[in-house]
Amino acid sequence: MPTFTMRVFRGSPEGGGFKEYRVEAGEGMVVLDLIHRIQATQAQDLACRWNCKAGKCGSCSAEINGKPRLMCMTRMDIFKEDEPITVSPIRTFPLIRDLVTDVSYNYEKAKQVPPLRLRPADPDGKYRMMQADVDRAQEFHKCIECFLCQDVCHVIRDHDLKKRFSGPRFFIKIAGLEMHPLDTRDRTEFAREQAGVGLCNITKCCTEVCPEHIHITDNGIIPMKERMADGFDPIVWIVRKIRGHKKAAP
Amino acid sequence: MATVEYETHEHDVLVIGAGGAGLRAAIEAADQGASVGLVCKSLLGKAHTVMAEGGIAAAMGNVYPEDNWQVHFRDTMRGGKMLNNWRMAQLHAQEAPDRVLELERYGALFDRTKDGLILQRDFGGHRYARLAHVGDRTGLEMIRTLQYHAIHQPIEVYMECKIERLLKDGDRVCGAFGYWRNTGKLVLFKARAVVLATGGIGKIWKITSNSWECTGDGVMLALEAGASLIDMECQQFHPTGMVWPPSVRGILVTEGVRGDGGTLKNNKGERFMFNNIPEYFKAETADNEEEGDRWYTDKKNNRRTADLLPRDEVARAINSEVKAGRGSPHGGVFLDIASRRPADYIRKRLPSMYHQFKELAGVDITKEPMEVGPTSHYMNGGIRVDADTTATAVPGLFAAGEVAGGLHGANRLGGNSLSDLVVFGRRAGLHAALHAKNVGGRLAVDSAQVESISRAILEPFTRSGNENPYSIQADLQDTMQSLVGIVRVEGELKDALKKIGALKERARRVRVEGGRTYNPAWHTALDLTSLLTVAEGVTTAALERKESRGGHTRNDYQKSDPEWGKVNVAVRLKDGTVQVSREPLPQMPDELKKLIEEKQ
Repeated sequence: MPTFTMRVFRGSPEGGGFKEYRVEAGEGMVVLDLIHRIQATQAQDLACRWNCKAGKCGSCSAEINGKPRLMCMTRMDIFKEDEPITVSPIRTFPLIRDLVTDVSYNYEKAKQVPPLRLRPADPDGKYRMMQADVDRAQEFHKCIECFLCQDVCHVIRDHDLKKRFSGPRFFIKIAGLEMHPLDTRDRTEFAREQAGVGLCNITKCCTEVCPEHIHITDNGIIPMKERMADGFDPIVWIVRKIRGHKKAAP
Repeated sequence: MATVEYETHEHDVLVIGAGGAGLRAAIEAADQGASVGLVCKSLLGKAHTVMAEGGIAAAMGNVYPEDNWQVHFRDTMRGGKMLNNWRMAQLHAQEAPDRVLELERYGALFDRTKDGLILQRDFGGHRYARLAHVGDRTGLEMIRTLQYHAIHQPIEVYMECKIERLLKDGDRVCGAFGYWRNTGKLVLFKARAVVLATGGIGKIWKITSNSWECTGDGVMLALEAGASLIDMECQQFHPTGMVWPPSVRGILVTEGVRGDGGTLKNNKGERFMFNNIPEYFKAETADNEEEGDRWYTDKKNNRRTADLLPRDEVARAINSEVKAGRGSPHGGVFLDIASRRPADYIRKRLPSMYHQFKELAGVDITKEPMEVGPTSHYMNGGIRVDADTTATAVPGLFAAGEVAGGLHGANRLGGNSLSDLVVFGRRAGLHAALHAKNVGGRLAVDSAQVESISRAILEPFTRSGNENPYSIQADLQDTMQSLVGIVRVEGELKDALKKIGALKERARRVRVEGGRTYNPAWHTALDLTSLLTVAEGVTTAALERKESRGGHTRNDYQKSDPEWGKVNVAVRLKDGTVQVSREPLPQMPDELKKLIEEKQ
């Protein structure tokens, strides 16, 4: 079995640094397995978040060799045995300890997004939606809230504009609501004034790190920016609700 | 300890657990005007519900208009081998369609029929295509929908907070005490009613589909408060978990694979489920492959494929195939959809399965079969509750979702858990709020109780001893896996009890390194109490039930015994010791009995 050198960040808001652990990797193991091995055998109190270990809950986000990734979906066999692997917390959010950060910013932004405002049901009390119309919003519903897109976004990471900017996770939340066939609310002003969509300069970093391969920029942010430029036109709005206004990326 | 430092919050209703049941309970209690606190061990939206895949069962009749609550009720009772609480099964079947439509009104986007209604898929043990779904990520859609609905209601959410003990004023519950995982500080919640929605116990086994959170906390809290458990011997082993590579062993492979046309094969290429149809399901199950395959498109003239027998039957059959030497290279069997459905269809219907196998196992499920085997999945039993109100035996304490027992009897049908969460989550929130209204006056908290709990919480830092909490947890998982697995026998169960006793001794000597800030060793040390007690409860109940039924299979009592079919095995904690007793099942009214007996 190959043995790896794991350089794991250990520390608190007061300070810290990388510590090296030598860990054996079994067949098919992922980075999270090695972190667990370190906990069980070398550093009991090594802090990390995780839940499902199957890429479905989005808890174990970290920066592995500097790249934002889920630890549970990063297989050890992509690394060379003789090269140390660094594991550090997602840098954009305040550190709590070791690999755990304070992601409450995201939960505050989530609350600000104006929720679904439902249209009336059909005369028989049912709601009918065609699959083709549901597809576009369903793409955004795949989000597992790992916040890797938030971590990598320059506006949040490098230009601490957290107050004025909700970030890619919430742009696709807004887009998902706007494309929801049953929704009747207009969030254009919210997107511009409070969520700060205008600050995004479409570098697509968010899309690149999304473990769910959601087309955050092409299918979520760009259509929203276009609509903001258009201003609100109720007729265009209704037509788009029914037919879709841009062909979505596959 | 001279003075204990802790912060205090007060609510009418405190909901512990923020998966589907907890979220729905909190929403309902808030709708009733109660002040609501919602405590979750992880971040909001990460609870185990997020991993549910196949769908939510509800007799809406969108695909088969013949479907109705009566058929769903019958399927649920028969799937549970009649050990179910009939009233829960009735309420569940009647109310599930409304709860699904409610999720749609909250914003859930289910896959659609050609007419634009909610599409329903086939699943094991269900007579008609009944599961509303979103590809194979229905749980994610459900938790996100409830989460985003809940954050706009007057609900206070306490994330990464673990409750260690319920507080009582006389015989009734008056609050809960625990700690913040991120700071390690202690916290007191005063409450007029408490809803337990803490999920399952999968982490007492080594091979499980469950996340780290499923450590049986709620079961332990209820036992300590004086409530009883039922049907704990009937743990569900899901037939299809991943088996290779070892690091992903146990991760769930949705029953939707078979619902959408996949079939199980042994290493000879035989579709062995057709040789494993029990007498009980013969009348409604296709006895040949051709009929089984025709059934997918023509349910009127064909019987259900043997691949979709209830989970207990399929898990046992896979276990036997592997034992007989007809397994796959890594100790499972083959699940083949690649040769039976087009690649595009597979990717559209089962996107997470495609992704999961591709990324974690290097297997393309559109081109080759998967290797699968049983994995500990779901607590069919749980806290005994009143069917209509979800009230436990302890005044002010309610329970809903996986942590509550009764609905599923000895074996749960796939899809019935997500519906369970919203049907009984809503009822728990409603009745907890009503109870809170009726409890007037100030909430009195006994400082002696608080002090003793605080001491217990902090003890792992100061104890003399050198036991490692992770090793004890791993040893427990090995013990339960090898001695209290799918097939049980008296000698091994007794052996398991001895080993659990020894592990309890070791747990008293656990000492953890580090401080109180986000310290997983400390968290694991505290989880050991519930893990070990729950394991003892499961094993004791398994020893008591001397027959095979649903999720409980005894090698020394291989048949079902009608006498055992009349009782639940109940588990209680008395002076810190686990005790079992047999309690008669509630009597089903005649008009419902007729539904069960009716011919297909």
